[in-house]
Amino acid sequence: MIEVMASLLTVSGVGFYLAGSIGLLRLPDLYSRLHALTKADNLGLGLLIAGLALHTQDLLIALKLVLIWLAVLAASAASAHLIAQHARRRETQS
Amino acid sequence: MTAMLVLDILLVLSLLSLATAALATNDARRSVILFMAFGLVLALAWGRLLAPDVALAEAAIGAGLSGALLLTAVRDQAHRALRSSRKPVHERGRANLRVTLEWTVTLLCIALAGLLAWALAQAFDRAPKDTLAQAVSANLAISGVSNPVTAVLLNFRAYDTLLELAVLLTAALGIFALGPARPGHRAAGPVFDGLARWLVPALILTAGYLLWVGAHAPGGAFQAGATLAAAAVVLRLAGRRSVGLPTGHTLHVAMVAGVSMFLAVGLGLLVLGRPFLGYPPAWAGGLILLIETAAMLAIAATLVLAFFGGRPTPAPGVAEKTS
Repeated sequence: MIEVMASLLTVSGVGFYLAGSIGLLRLPDLYSRLHALTKADNLGLGLLIAGLALHTQDLLIALKLVLIWLAVLAASAASAHLIAQHARRRETQS
Repeated sequence: MTAMLVLDILLVLSLLSLATAALATNDARRSVILFMAFGLVLALAWGRLLAPDVALAEAAIGAGLSGALLLTAVRDQAHRALRSSRKPVHERGRANLRVTLEWTVTLLCIALAGLLAWALAQAFDRAPKDTLAQAVSANLAISGVSNPVTAVLLNFRAYDTLLELAVLLTAALGIFALGPARPGHRAAGPVFDGLARWLVPALILTAGYLLWVGAHAPGGAFQAGATLAAAAVVLRLAGRRSVGLPTGHTLHVAMVAGVSMFLAVGLGLLVLGRPFLGYPPAWAGGLILLIETAAMLAIAATLVLAFFGGRPTPAPGVAEKTS
């Protein structure tokens, strides 16, 4: 049962990665591409890590995985903001 | 097993295409970013080869710090090109030289690849009992640590590591010769500042952990030093002028810490009648930790100096130039 749950979570996480990658390639401008990438990756990684945490059935490893997710969340949100801010400054300057 | 084979083939294909893309583009910035992606995939490949120590070093130094260094170099070059819009003289002679240089480097790389392939084939040909790995695991008990990589780096082949640290010290001296450091970055906005505020303590904590854990699991002075340097790079990018790198004599002490601690331990053991760097098994663990701590400081100082691109200026009164 837990294995099935873990697989379901992992596969749906991968689905978010796929959507994010397609968005990165297909969306028209930088802001919407960033939107697609960060939102999809954050949620995708969250689901992936939830799946992996269930799969290991080890509390310590699960906590480490959650820590990785939190670090990536903060880093990806901040870097998306920085990229968008940089692009916006350049637009208003020229 | 097939799934893993698919993963390996994907890794190799991504490595080859990232390397080709990084070399093929004319845009230096794009090339650097592709190189950083290449470093990250290479770290995964090292992980798949069951070499987590190399994977950690590759991710921290190869992808992270080298990427930051190269991006700064590209930015500097762009600034310089803006300032002097003068056309270089001897345009044709330069182009010829460039082509010759490119071909020479390519041929040398091919020769090196051939040599490596030959060496690898030789290594595979040998009987497994000849391998150094066997000798290392046989003597691991007297090395003072239980991580075979640390045992080799800091005990069995400590000479090599001592000389590596000397190379780093030479690099730091070369950076000093470049003149004063480049101006810092402008103060970051609240988002990046907030990120730096909790990321930097976490990085320092991670560096301490990597240093300590190196005795029995992947980690050690190089990974810890790179992590410490990454914390300084984050602070520098966030616009802090002082990033924990000391100036003056304290900086000199930090730069030579690794080499001098190594030499002090080695010579001390000579005085006590042991071979140079031949630790007594009972003390080996403590001595290795002592050397690694000093080495971590030296490695971090050198890497931060490289990011500064010159000698840090102590004067606090100098106004920060925005970039």
